[in-house]
Amino acid sequence: MSLKIDQDHSRFRNIVRGKIRQNLRRYISQGEMLGRKGKDLVSIPIPHIEIPRFTFGDKQQGGVGQGKGDAGDPVGGEGEEGEDGAGQAGKDAGEHALEVDVTLDELADILGEELELPKIENKGKSRIIAAKDRYTGIRRVGPESLRHFKRTYKEALRRAIASGTYDPGNPIIVPQKEDKRFRSWKEDHEPVANAVIIYMMDVSGSMGDEQKEIVRIESFWIDTWLRRQYQGLESRYIIHDAVAREVDRDTFFKTRESGGTMISSAYKLAAQLIDQHYPSTEWNIYPFHFSDGDNWSMDDTLTCVELLKKEILPKVNLFAYGQVESPYGSGQFIKDLREHFGAEDAVIVSEIRDRDAIVGSIKDFLGKGK
Amino acid sequence: MAQFATNTTLPRYLRVEQEKIEKIAKGYGLDPFPTVFEMLSYDQMNEIAAYGGFPNRYPHWRFGMEYERLSKSYEYGLSKIYEMVINSNPSYAYLLEGNSLTDQKLVMCHVMGHVDFFKNNFAFRATDLDAGETVTEPMSRSGDSYAPNRKWVDKMANHGSAVRSIVDRYGIPKVEEFIDTCLSLENLIDPWSRFVVRRRDSQPEEDGPGQVVVPRLRAKDYMEEFINPSEYMEEQKKKLEAERDRDKGKFPTQREQDILMFLLENAPLERWERAILSIVRDEAYYFVPQMQTKVMNEGWASFWHSRMMTNDVCDWSEIIDYAENNAGVMATSSGKMNPYKLGVELFRSIEERWDKGQFGREWEDCSDLDVKKNWDLRLGLGREKVFEVRAMYNDVTFIDEFLTPEFAHEHKLFTFNWSNRNDRFEIESREFRAVKEKLLTQLTNFGNPFIYVEDGNFDNRGELLLVHDHRGVDLRADYAKETLSGLVRVWRRPVCISTLADSKKVLLRFDGNEHSVKHDAP
Repeated sequence: MSLKIDQDHSRFRNIVRGKIRQNLRRYISQGEMLGRKGKDLVSIPIPHIEIPRFTFGDKQQGGVGQGKGDAGDPVGGEGEEGEDGAGQAGKDAGEHALEVDVTLDELADILGEELELPKIENKGKSRIIAAKDRYTGIRRVGPESLRHFKRTYKEALRRAIASGTYDPGNPIIVPQKEDKRFRSWKEDHEPVANAVIIYMMDVSGSMGDEQKEIVRIESFWIDTWLRRQYQGLESRYIIHDAVAREVDRDTFFKTRESGGTMISSAYKLAAQLIDQHYPSTEWNIYPFHFSDGDNWSMDDTLTCVELLKKEILPKVNLFAYGQVESPYGSGQFIKDLREHFGAEDAVIVSEIRDRDAIVGSIKDFLGKGK
Repeated sequence: MAQFATNTTLPRYLRVEQEKIEKIAKGYGLDPFPTVFEMLSYDQMNEIAAYGGFPNRYPHWRFGMEYERLSKSYEYGLSKIYEMVINSNPSYAYLLEGNSLTDQKLVMCHVMGHVDFFKNNFAFRATDLDAGETVTEPMSRSGDSYAPNRKWVDKMANHGSAVRSIVDRYGIPKVEEFIDTCLSLENLIDPWSRFVVRRRDSQPEEDGPGQVVVPRLRAKDYMEEFINPSEYMEEQKKKLEAERDRDKGKFPTQREQDILMFLLENAPLERWERAILSIVRDEAYYFVPQMQTKVMNEGWASFWHSRMMTNDVCDWSEIIDYAENNAGVMATSSGKMNPYKLGVELFRSIEERWDKGQFGREWEDCSDLDVKKNWDLRLGLGREKVFEVRAMYNDVTFIDEFLTPEFAHEHKLFTFNWSNRNDRFEIESREFRAVKEKLLTQLTNFGNPFIYVEDGNFDNRGELLLVHDHRGVDLRADYAKETLSGLVRVWRRPVCISTLADSKKVLLRFDGNEHSVKHDAP
């Protein structure tokens, strides 16, 4: 049924549309978001426009609360500012909250919804199936170590009562062989991780802290979205300057090297990784490369193109290249890629000027549903 | 039945319950308006809740915003609205479809409390549409049957169609923008104006200074000299005369708190703008009593639902479900006062104290804690007292009179404040005085600053001067600026407000193009 409120609601959405986007951007761009990942929960704000009034600055105001604690202890929630606007009597309590805690899965859904990201189409590759034993059933034979005490006792008790040997005054039950019950197991077949993201980052001297922060935020969102799409996603991290090496997640975001840039080194390593661990028949593979685009030489760029064409592209779902703008400007590499792979569907390039551009770039990367 | 009401009748088994519950309520002495219960699905519920309880309101995006918030919180499972009831005669209450029978009964009992409160608490007299301009004696009633015209469902719907016809004429963007402006001024009203004669009819100015009449307290002849002593009267007269001379030629003659009224009467508005401002003002006044009695109202309804549910309504299979739900409603979290909890506990404490005779001089003077603890005169006045309180108090007077040190201690009340050093809210004190003071400060003028029109012809340039009566807390600066812009939109001349910022006097001014701040203002 259609509601009267729909018109007001859609007008509100239109008013905040710009605002929602900005809110989402600002909030995506907050580094501390990652810090709140703790219990798989993050807060997302519900769009809210407050009509300005003559009102009090709330920090000076404080309030009255209830509960334990001594003077100087922090107060649990935020102070509620006075009363709710037009208070309606009899509505449910606790209505002032404007932030919702959602799980990462939901967050991914919201991200998907806001950016209109398509669901990823599985490549339909054969899945790796892992077998796992689960003790779920009961049977009459088995090793003593799996004996089910309670069930055995019950059977024995039942037999004793039925045969009239049970004495409530002296309730000793002696189980016999046919009373014994044993746990039995079933093999469960579970599909395991069949997607891997290979993050590659340029850590040469020209990539500053801000650039790394951008990569960090962007990769968090990509991670969140892909994890929603694939159970048990794996991630691998490669950093490179003139040489490449594989590192763990922490190092990936913290390392800062100096020196030149040879992008081909990273691609070589990535191709190696894929060959050794992720046969493309079984894996959905997502290499993401972030750099400021300043490659050492044209020759190296050509090597990269070769590598991509021959080694990487045939095996992956998608190859994404994000060029972060550094204080030294934006490099040539993105243009080269565009030139060589402009028509190639599986290659996506995106320029990320600053934090505000992250959202657009995520949409670039994931908008095709690969 | 109002023609604008939603056509959602109650299923039969709930009608039976309703009759039962109404009977029980009346048995306890509750005296509610006739109440129409309606059953809504969750999206209808969210819609109506977004409209503040009314099925028909004027179009505005903020209702859509509220709807989004409600439906999102419902979808994420954060909160759901169990019940809603609106102050109207007959009263309308909404039940959520799909709630368990126990829940529905709980809601009905709770609603009985609210509707009794709407009918009998003096503050709600201000929402009687037939009460006249001022209600000087809100407690007095003619005859037994009090059936005021409170058809607010219809009135709100009429506002809706009035605004819609304006929209048809001028287009939604223009109208909505003006509504935004009006809403940003919505709190600039005088919450007590219905009960006090604020404007004395001005004396004929032309005939020179007229006689100043000093208001007297009513007194019998022989008491006159004691109650209205002549030297005091003389003093008052001089004071009033001085005031009159000073105020002469001033406009408005006295400070006015009902700024919306002042604007309606004096601002150069177009006809449709005046109509909208007047609608916003009417609705703002409608919600005033509910804000003035939030704690009492919720407390009273909870007081009765718990009594009725546990004594009369629930059978043994329902009591656990009831208890669980009730506990959810009463839950407190630190940093937030739960008005349900505070209210119901205060009512219970009043009932107990008056049952046991724990009041009056003797009780106050007793300093022996042990005696006080076992004090029980078996007066049994509790019931009578709570009914009296529900009629004659509002949140401020209620807490001022009945929040005792024992109560504050037992319920672990504390005050908190922002700590600049640690960048967080911290518990400040558990001292009774501090707690009470803070609670009362928050409730006074329901958390709004006191702002008056001081001068409608400031500097003799047709500018509007407002004065903020600073009581310890500064105005929020960015909002103040925005609000000034709104005021300029209505007043069409520069507007200033005089206030304090960081304990220094400032004059904020907006001339239509530029904001300025002047220190050491008048």
